[in-house]
Parts: sequence; C-alpha cells; structure tokens
Amino acid sequence: MANIISDETIEYVGILAKLELSDEEKEQAKSDMGRMLDYIDKLGELDTTDVEPMSHVFSVENVFREDVVTNGDERERLLSNAPQEKDGMFVVPRTFE
Amino acid sequence: MSMNIIDMTATQLSTAIRAGETTAVEAAEALLAQIEKEDKNYNCYVTVDREGALAQARAVQAKIEAGELAGPLAGVPVAVKDNICTEGLRTTCSSKILHNFVPTYTAEAVKNLQKAGAVILGKTNMDEFAMGSTTETSAYGPTKNPRNIEHVPGGSSGGSAAAVAADECIYAIGSDTGGSIRQPASYCGVVGMKPTYGTVSRYGLIAYGSSLDQIGPLTKDVRDCAAVLEVLASHDTKDSTSVSRDDTDFTAALTEDVKGMRIGIPNDYLGEGLGDEVRTAVLQAAEVLADSGAVVERFDLSLVEYAIPAYYTIAAAEASSNLERFDGIKYGYRTEEYAGLHNMYKKSRSEGFGEEVKRRIMLGSFVLSSGYYDAYYLKALKVKALIKKAFDEAFSKYDLILGPVAPTTAPKLGESLADPIQMYLGDIYTIAVNLAGLPGISVPCGQDSKGLPIGLQLIGDCFQEKKLIRAAYTYEQRGQVQ
Repeated sequence: MANIISDETIEYVGILAKLELSDEEKEQAKSDMGRMLDYIDKLGELDTTDVEPMSHVFSVENVFREDVVTNGDERERLLSNAPQEKDGMFVVPRTFE
Repeated sequence: MSMNIIDMTATQLSTAIRAGETTAVEAAEALLAQIEKEDKNYNCYVTVDREGALAQARAVQAKIEAGELAGPLAGVPVAVKDNICTEGLRTTCSSKILHNFVPTYTAEAVKNLQKAGAVILGKTNMDEFAMGSTTETSAYGPTKNPRNIEHVPGGSSGGSAAAVAADECIYAIGSDTGGSIRQPASYCGVVGMKPTYGTVSRYGLIAYGSSLDQIGPLTKDVRDCAAVLEVLASHDTKDSTSVSRDDTDFTAALTEDVKGMRIGIPNDYLGEGLGDEVRTAVLQAAEVLADSGAVVERFDLSLVEYAIPAYYTIAAAEASSNLERFDGIKYGYRTEEYAGLHNMYKKSRSEGFGEEVKRRIMLGSFVLSSGYYDAYYLKALKVKALIKKAFDEAFSKYDLILGPVAPTTAPKLGESLADPIQMYLGDIYTIAVNLAGLPGISVPCGQDSKGLPIGLQLIGDCFQEKKLIRAAYTYEQRGQVQ
C-alpha cells in the first residue's frame, strides 16, 4: 500500500466527518482509505494541465426567484420529526458553559 | 379481461381500467395481495402503505370515471424508492438514522406521478443512502433477486427492480448516481432508464451525489419506460439544476426504426473482466440492431479505466457534504447518552450510519480537506472534464453507444461487501454516464446458463432519450429474449 494513513489523519478526518470510530473501526478505516487512495492515485497518470475542473456538465447559472414565502406554517409537522422538542423548539444539548 | 392484473404493463392496465374491465381499486388490491403473498420471500419493500394505496385508488377511480384522468399511468400502482420523499409516508433511505422520518412534503417527481393518477403502494428497499451495488447495505435486511433468491437484485435501487420483477408493483421509480437504476434492472431482467441530468427534478430526492443523481423509471417494457419518463420529466424551479425541455413527449419515439442509426461499441467495454455469457448476449443484441438497419461498429472510447476513481472521489466528496445534515437534532435517530453537543453529533451519526456510508463519508471528508483538495477532488473534476470530452468525440461519430450494463450477472448474496474496491469495479460500464450527465437505458437481452438475466446498455448524448427509446424499442420487438 503506497498510501499509509496515520492515526493522526484518521483522528482528524473523524473530526471533519463528525464520526466517532471504535479502535477496530479506525484500523479498518486506515486500511480502507489507504487502498482507495492507492486506487484513486491512478488519476495522476493523466496530464490535466490547462484542463478546467468540471463540476456541472451543462453551463449552469444561478437561478433566482422573488423572495416570497409560498409554503404555509409547518412548525408542528416539522417538530413532530424531532427527537426532542419543547415549547415549539428543537431541544439541543447545552452549547455554552 | 384475459390477463391477471399483476402480469400487466402500466399501458395494458390503464387501458383495461379505462375500458371498465377492472378498476384502480381492484388493481391496488391485486398488487397488495401479491405483496402480502410474496414479499416475505424477497423483501422488496421497507414500508407498504395499504390504507393509503386503497384511498388513493378510490380517489383516482372517481376521477377516471369523471373523465378527468386518462393517461397510461391513471390508476396504475407504483413502488417508490425509499430515498424519495413522500408526504406523511415514512422515508428511511434504508438507514437507521432515518428510521422514523416522515416527510412533510412530496418529491416533485412523485407529485408528477400523482397528477397522472399513480397509486403509491409503498417504499422500496435500497442500499443505505444509495451507496452500494447489491441492496445488502440496507439497515432493513437485503432484498433477494426474484429470478433466483440466492442472488442479489443489484443496487442501489434493488427493491424497486425486484418489486417489478416479482410483480409486486406494475412499475417503480428509482434513482441512479452511478448505475443504481440500470444495474439492478439488468440483474432482475426489467427495463431501467437514467435520464439526462436535469430532466427529472431532484426536489425531494434525498441527496447522495447531487451532481450525479437522477430519478428514473424501472418498468416491464420499453413502452412503459417512455410513458413513465414522460410523466416524471418537468422543469422545476425548486431544483436549480433542473433543465427546461420541450421534447419530453418520449412515447412519440416508440417506433421500430433504426435504419441508418450509427451505433458504436467501445472496445474497452468488451475487454478484460467481462463475463463470456454477457459478452455473447450483448453482441447478439448488437446483431439484432444491425440486422434492423443500424450501422454498428467498434471504436476506442478511451479513459474508461479512469471513470471509477474519478467517480468515487466526486461521489464521496458530495456525500460527505450532503450527509452533514443528519445530526440527531431536526429529525431521525439521536443517541441515548451523550456529553455535550459535539459528542451527541458524533455518537448519533456513528450509531445511525452503516459501514459503507461511514467509509464514503470518511473518504469524502479526506479528499475535501485542506492539503488534499487539489490533489484529489480538483483532479477528479478535471478528469471528469476529459471523460465528458471523450464522450463528445464519440457522439460526433455515433448516435448511440452500446455495451453491457455490468460485467457479470447478479452475484450471490454475501459475496460482494467484503472487498469494496472489487465491488466498485462492477460499476465500470455505468458510472461514466453519470459523470458526463448522459441518458442510459438497460434492456433485458437474455440470460446466462444459470437463468440469471443479462442487460444490454444503450447510452445516448445529452437530451437524446428519444434515440435510446427508439433503439431499445426496436430491439425489444425484434430481439429474441428468452
């Protein structure tokens, strides 16, 4: 495996991905990611100098509309999907000390 | 009425309903009975909406009798992939993290079906968040291939393809990010189509790789495929990538006529890794089209081997961003015990997502991270531009590209997930189509010695669905599908 993923990298990616992996999962992730990156490195064989990166196949432009509310009040229905709600609001853990 | 309702195509069933030979309610009852009888064997559905389906059927029948609904989908029962939102009907993406999610709105594509008189039977099983090729990564158990239950139905729209094959719906809709409609259609012996990017609104489709995702039909024949796509397609201001088209009368292309049509077969699509029986069946299908007047030849498409690494880089990057919204606050699963906000995010997501989803989120987060963005993500977008150019060159010479859908027929259950890269390689003939935004169709073209279906893939240039439909219809009429 050409790409060796360090413990620090997996730790960092876990923070970016907001995932908490067990030690066993971390080892698996290191090996999986290393193998995938080895495979993706194949793209390096192609000379892409002066090639514009293409995010969309068609030339898309921003789509604008008037800032007019078209949906009704769905607060009750939206909150009914929340794991925890109180007085018409989402309940979240304490974020400030 | 000489046929059983469950054996009918949408076109046949809607005709019988209009003629008063049966009703939308009888049709819904017949399909619900078939689901009741068979779904324990196949597990095509995550959720069956018995009461809702019967209520819709009664309402649609009244409209048909009042002369307000007359199209080929009026009164016809449909199955909807479980990553497409349906108001009031649980939508899980086959993930634990959305186990109790009930959307407050309906996807635009489903609304279009409802306006045409569709009756929604329920939501079909899939690979979790559409990440997979076998429907084995579902949190609700794998779907089995109705042609042989020891084999997978393909994926990620495996439940939709299997439901069509098992007569548990008349037709289904799925989504295709890298082959997720065409490959299961091929494995299950049904017709499946991925339209040109932007043809069907993605509003209400739970995003995986937004620049690649398209909703499309899975049907029993090409006529239904055209009829369903005609209804699904619409310009939607709620999807900023939606394209305004005035050529969506796809059923007009149902003609047996490929005279002079130029069809190219990429040499790279017949090379190493392709099963012998698949190769033979696909080349025989090409013969049928040649005998019908098409000009068929081989050519070099180039860059074929770079599509998979480019695709998995882009799809994983988009997935890691799209799946950030699942945080255990607004909807879905929240972990039981946690210490503070970030720990709650992390634990909810780690417990709620399955292995393959976490693998792709990790990879996506890595390729987008500072220091690696240029080397991986930007590089993949440049390769995507080169792949698109290769297709542009091919379509300057050919009307259509012809090849297999997948290198083999459906693998056995339990054989694919152990080696992810090996599984990704199975997508080689389908994923470039998504990168280039092209339309592609999978049509049954025979079966292997074990009786498993083989699929023929036809690929068109952007907005050339009508050529695809014309060629697929001609093949279906003239080919000798066992």
